[in-house]
Amino acid sequence: MARLHEYQGKSLLKEAKIPVPNGGPARSPEEAKALAEEIGGAVVVKAQAWVTGRAELGAIRFVDTPAAAAAAASAILGMQIKGYLVDTVMVEGKLDIKREFYAGVIIDDQSQAPVIIFSRIGGSGIEEIAEKYPDAVVRLVIDIQRGLQDHQARDLIRQVGLHGKLQLSLGNLLTRLYGVARRYDARAAEINPIVLTPEGKLFAADCRITIDDYAVYRHPELGIEIAREFDRPPTELEIIAWQVEKNDYRGTFYFIQLERGFSPGEGMIGFHGAGGGGSMMSMDAVLNRGYKLANFVDTSGNPPASKVYRAARIILAQSGIDGYFASGSGVASQEQFHSARGLVKAFMEHPLTVPAVIRLGGNAEERAMAIMERAQGEIPAPIESYGKDDSPEFCAERLDTLIQNYRRPTMKPAGKVHPEPQDPYTFETVTNGTVILDHAACLDCETKICIDTCVPGILSLEGEVPMLNITHEQAKRGGCIECLACEIECYFEGNQGGHIILPIPGLDRV
Amino acid sequence: MSILIDRTKRVLVQGITGREGQTRARLMQEYGTQVVAGVTPGKGGQQVNGVPVFDTVQEAWEMVGALDVSVLFIPAPIVKSAALEAIDAGVKLLVIVPDRVPIFDVLEIADAAKRTGARFVGPNTLGVLSPGKAVLGMIGGRAASARSWFFPGPVGITSRSGGITSSMAYYLAQEGIGATTLVHVGGDVVVGLPHPEVVKLFQSDSETKAIVMFGEIGGSQEEQVADLVEADEVTKPIVAFIGGKAAKSGTRFSHAGAIIEGNRGTYKGKVERLREVGVTVVETFGELPQATLAILKKHGISL
Ligand code: SF4
Ligand code: SF4
Repeated sequence: MARLHEYQGKSLLKEAKIPVPNGGPARSPEEAKALAEEIGGAVVVKAQAWVTGRAELGAIRFVDTPAAAAAAASAILGMQIKGYLVDTVMVEGKLDIKREFYAGVIIDDQSQAPVIIFSRIGGSGIEEIAEKYPDAVVRLVIDIQRGLQDHQARDLIRQVGLHGKLQLSLGNLLTRLYGVARRYDARAAEINPIVLTPEGKLFAADCRITIDDYAVYRHPELGIEIAREFDRPPTELEIIAWQVEKNDYRGTFYFIQLERGFSPGEGMIGFHGAGGGGSMMSMDAVLNRGYKLANFVDTSGNPPASKVYRAARIILAQSGIDGYFASGSGVASQEQFHSARGLVKAFMEHPLTVPAVIRLGGNAEERAMAIMERAQGEIPAPIESYGKDDSPEFCAERLDTLIQNYRRPTMKPAGKVHPEPQDPYTFETVTNGTVILDHAACLDCETKICIDTCVPGILSLEGEVPMLNITHEQAKRGGCIECLACEIECYFEGNQGGHIILPIPGLDRV
Repeated sequence: MSILIDRTKRVLVQGITGREGQTRARLMQEYGTQVVAGVTPGKGGQQVNGVPVFDTVQEAWEMVGALDVSVLFIPAPIVKSAALEAIDAGVKLLVIVPDRVPIFDVLEIADAAKRTGARFVGPNTLGVLSPGKAVLGMIGGRAASARSWFFPGPVGITSRSGGITSSMAYYLAQEGIGATTLVHVGGDVVVGLPHPEVVKLFQSDSETKAIVMFGEIGGSQEEQVADLVEADEVTKPIVAFIGGKAAKSGTRFSHAGAIIEGNRGTYKGKVERLREVGVTVVETFGELPQATLAILKKHGISL
């Protein structure tokens, strides 16, 4: 889920007329100072990081003057908090606290509806509070059609013994909070604490809003870089991977780095799963052998070969891995040779220099395994491939054995390079790829295997050479599904007529 | 018997003219599902694999007669409108295959379904398959594979993972254990027919003698199944495996559901709660077939 920073969340609350303290974000001590001057009086300087317990870590500081605010900002900016580099602080007027409350909206899987939760005791440790004082906490399932009605909100507040003007203003705040959650497709929206000042005013002192990944596209105004949950800023590779996913709606590609800065010999495995359940079991199998996972990748939902190729290239960009493990559910509905072609292309180009075990069980697995086997001679490191009758545990054991017996080459071998085409016939693909058929090579080709194996059947023989039987525009709009047959199958037949360039923007820089 | 789908059900495919819609409609037809109509707005009048295509669900209903089920192969942003269309037309079971459907859209679909007594499987589901009878969605991928992988028998299979749905059925079949129906409940946090609902359907199906469940960390579906067992609402033996033991708290994998929220939803919490009420929970997926065999034997259920 895409989490918003406190200052981003507060701007949404403010827009919905929920009072927030005076203030805003600052990215330098000077900005912090200027904000503090503008606010006047005592302020609080808070690190913007998705971690709990900021105060104990010294990442929240109360100061009395603008100069002290600048100093606090310079101490906090650049801090590493639980792996998170702080690049923004929030400077706000300090609130006088008379009392604290909690309010939150979450989606409840059991009632299949949003639920609003209110606690008459708020502040840090809300979970423990709720456990210790169950009577302080009330909840209500919200009717998605009608939304949270004002009277329902007030009655909820009444149930914890709050009356009068306070009941009215808290009720108001709850309906507005639900409004924000609904409007921005929030999976969760919490204000903790809601502060009551001695003057009787309510303020949202801190908030946590998480937007539904699947609805991020509806809210470009939020500027969410990657619609995925991270408890730290995304890495360079993760941003590259997200661009691949964003620009290709076919199937799902998910990439997250679990370890960084490791070297060969530390037992890190590049992990390539397919499907959540199968991936989890496959990860368990690798972990049980004493290895660690450098990353988690899932390519599933019938992805094209090109997406699997790009995923593999991104996994291999983690240079310290000791092995490559690809394994899904074992009995996949999708036709597995697409994935096999994607893997093989990546392994030949990048050249794979660590052992790999590829578990490809499912539809057309024989064809998929044959492709892997055929590629073995082209790749410097050992690869084994397995089908649905081989368990993840067995495959992990095989990988272990291969790694134990493998000696890494001291020099990195060169990858497969395509000869310069003599008579190129080219067209573009849906992900900005380019298919190049070298008609000079095709003339001498006996099998013309690209024509039979092109999955959508968009290549036909014209004269002695393969050409598109659809327009270039149709091919670019997705007619060419990037099944990679015209490169891989052609190459395995001993020809080099077909070549597909699939750019991965930014990967060369890593 | 079987649950949710068999040969008698009349099935509509929404989005039948798309890439997935066409391929999966063929799978369903070849496996034995009665696909009687398709709908794609603006493409009415065409035919796909001999199935007539209409512009609206209402029109399809008027032209071919009552529709029991609609299977949706629709881009996620417009799933809500397609699902509401089917519900409004009177379809009582929806299978929502696409993933990435916004959660508030799912809540609206759930609300509309509740009001009219309709149900839905998914979103983000591979579908439902009753071996030897019919399939909704895309379990098996190809009819020939589905026929060679699955066969009828006494076990009901329910899974939160698509790939694992087929894997479980296949590995059980290798031990000679057939299934009444395979249900992939869907990978999202909010799904129309979660484990507890599917388990209740299996409970009332006379041919289902035992239930095999693949659970996952996150959410409360497995705990709810335990509640049903404790309340004696479900009395058939259950064998379960919970995936995600190694998952780090807070790390979310591609199943939106696999989020650890407080105590509820953890691997340990689920396993303990299920065992407490007498459900057999195996430690590794590989033990599942043997454990199921043992349970069947213990209860005197023949294969
Ligand atoms: S198989 Fe290769 S060389 Fe032969 S026609 Fe096709 S692209 Fe050209
Ligand atoms: S031209 Fe055909 S064979 Fe080549 S990548 Fe595209 S779809 Fe595949």
